[in-house]
Amino acid sequence: MSSPEQWTHPEPREGPAATAAAPTAEQVIAGLRATSEGGPELVQLLTPEGERVQNPRFDRYVAEVTAADLRALYRDMVLVRRADREANALQRQGQLGIWVPLLGQEAAQIGAGRAMRPADMAFPSYREHGVAWTKGIHPKELLGIFRGTDHGSWDSAETRFHPYTIVIGNQVLNAAGYAMGQRFDGKVGDDDGEATMVFFGDGATSQGDVHEGFVWAAVYDAPLVFFCQNNQWAISEPTERQSRLPLYQRARGYGFPGIRVDGNDVLATLAVSRWALDECRHGNGPVLIEAFTYRMDAHTTTDDPTRYRHSDELEAWKLKDPIERVRVHLVRYGGADQGFFESVQAEADALAVELREFCFAMPDPPPRQMFDHVYAEPSPVLDAQRDEFLAYTAGFAGGEH
Amino acid sequence: MAAPVLNKADGAAASARSVQSLTLGKALNLGLRAAMEADPKVLVMGEDVGKLGGVFRITDGLQKDFGEHRVLDTPLAESGIIGTAVGLAVRGFRPVCEIQFDGFIFPAFDQIVSQVAKLHARTLGRVKVPMVIRVPFGGGIGAVEHHSESPESYFAHTAGLKVVACSNAVDAYWMIQQAIRCDDPVLFFEPKRFYHSGFLKADVDTAATPAPLFASRVVRRGHTATVVAYGPSIKVALDAATAAEDEGHALEVIDLRTLSPLDLGPVFESVRRTGRLIVVSEAPAESSLTSEIAARVQQECFYSLEAPVLRVTGFDTPYPAAKLEEHFLPDLDRVLDAVDRSLAW
Repeated sequence: MSSPEQWTHPEPREGPAATAAAPTAEQVIAGLRATSEGGPELVQLLTPEGERVQNPRFDRYVAEVTAADLRALYRDMVLVRRADREANALQRQGQLGIWVPLLGQEAAQIGAGRAMRPADMAFPSYREHGVAWTKGIHPKELLGIFRGTDHGSWDSAETRFHPYTIVIGNQVLNAAGYAMGQRFDGKVGDDDGEATMVFFGDGATSQGDVHEGFVWAAVYDAPLVFFCQNNQWAISEPTERQSRLPLYQRARGYGFPGIRVDGNDVLATLAVSRWALDECRHGNGPVLIEAFTYRMDAHTTTDDPTRYRHSDELEAWKLKDPIERVRVHLVRYGGADQGFFESVQAEADALAVELREFCFAMPDPPPRQMFDHVYAEPSPVLDAQRDEFLAYTAGFAGGEH
Repeated sequence: MAAPVLNKADGAAASARSVQSLTLGKALNLGLRAAMEADPKVLVMGEDVGKLGGVFRITDGLQKDFGEHRVLDTPLAESGIIGTAVGLAVRGFRPVCEIQFDGFIFPAFDQIVSQVAKLHARTLGRVKVPMVIRVPFGGGIGAVEHHSESPESYFAHTAGLKVVACSNAVDAYWMIQQAIRCDDPVLFFEPKRFYHSGFLKADVDTAATPAPLFASRVVRRGHTATVVAYGPSIKVALDAATAAEDEGHALEVIDLRTLSPLDLGPVFESVRRTGRLIVVSEAPAESSLTSEIAARVQQECFYSLEAPVLRVTGFDTPYPAAKLEEHFLPDLDRVLDAVDRSLAW
């Protein structure tokens, strides 16, 4: 089957290069069909039908995964999806200003997140609610960003989960620096080594900061896993608007390994991420992982995907659902009984209620919050401005105005 | 502001001769060295700062003495320098980044404004970004485009950053160390034209107690009019004050030193005595630090002003070709002309 990378032509043709590389209508149709495949390089351990496929290179990274572990991964994904759907609904009801759905990317995020050890650092973009979950951050702690009460409330040093970064690609350089620091601290080189994982999307790969992050991490041998979730869409722009080349192949140009994993396969993502982190903590970093997945919902709640993509495509990806294949596998091979699925469902319902009630009860922040942490050390000019403002607002006390 | 604590225990050799006559560039070099000796978390990073010692030699010898893991010759990309420094700061290091020339800072502008400046506020104070961004700035060196600019107002305009400019060797030695010790990110502007000027050599006492970092200072007393400047314009202001003396005018000259937060207390005090203010800067005038100073002085000293605040600045043009820069830059005559206009008001 044709795949998107075959739309480009390595051999020069007549006419300008850009024109020569443009896909024909047939290739577009074939490519759309192929987006569910990911090409022959795709690492997959669990098919969409829930069948375990052998992989001589990566099997050993999940050799000790038991049925209980698989159930735990299933539970992670169900809970994260439920929190995501609940938050999406809260936005629709006016309780959140905006929400950034992760629907469809649960396996990529849980697989990567569960591959990390507590000492490993993660740098997210703004869609990494699943990775946050694996770092012990409750979905409640994400709501402030989207309700507008703060820009993130978790302790990033303690959780090893950096604040969400909204400017596309900025965090890749920050992560490269952090990983350099892990190396400078002597924390790299053996089984107990530390590593860093940075999360970004297919659109971000066009950013200069991502390129520079690749360069820095490479020349400083930084223990950094670049985890690119290729969810096929950067708002309305498909991946071929960002690259002629499959994204994982870019790594070669920077001198480190790149690999494409089925991002809807939590087991494969776990295995490949473990391998990549292992390489990094032993000093063989960096590594690029392209998790081939699909953004099942809109870019954000303000987006309308019907304006730029066909519903056929969505329907095709529904058949590759990351949660369903684990469920089928567990059922077919006796890894879980009905009671397990019911208990996870009940837990998800309780989580949704907890999230909802928490959201409704969130207080507005005090006005002085905006002044309080601009600087670590005092700024007399800002302090004066704050005092003037607080004195002004104090004049309204009593409700005369 | 907490009094700066600085390493004075430099060994017997240093204390034996704590007073040295230094150029501004050499003072910076020794200041960086002292900061690196005092704190093993201090890193120096930038283009050509290691083996070469920087294109201006400000980091000369540091890599040789502190090693390649503390003095990093980075790849050639400014956003990369600043973006990775953010990660290093989050990790617990105190990076001192060199931007090779003022006009090359803009590829890093996004990281500076979006991450360096905002991380502390974004995390409600949980994440500190203690880093210094050194920027050789200003004109007068006959350079090609992008090598003579004064971009400090962009950064003073940005909440979350602190911005300072040194004008002499004594300040250079102390201010760089104080900036490195500061828990906030500091843009550190250095008047590159005077890095190696023999006539700006000064006795630096490395055992002295330095002035606070975020404080402006009266560098020449007077009563006829107040001249406020910073960085390379201090020399112009002082030269103008000397020349004005021949005409019987006693100009008071104030070195701002800190551009954000501004410390305008000494300026207000001075203007209340002189009634006249001339602000000198190489940066274009429009929407700049000089505009800010004029606005604040009219707000605080309205009834003391005998004349409008006047500004002597670079023009609102791109920095011109080198053969024109003497017209662009504030010089002694333009400052004296502004003094005359202020007095004749």
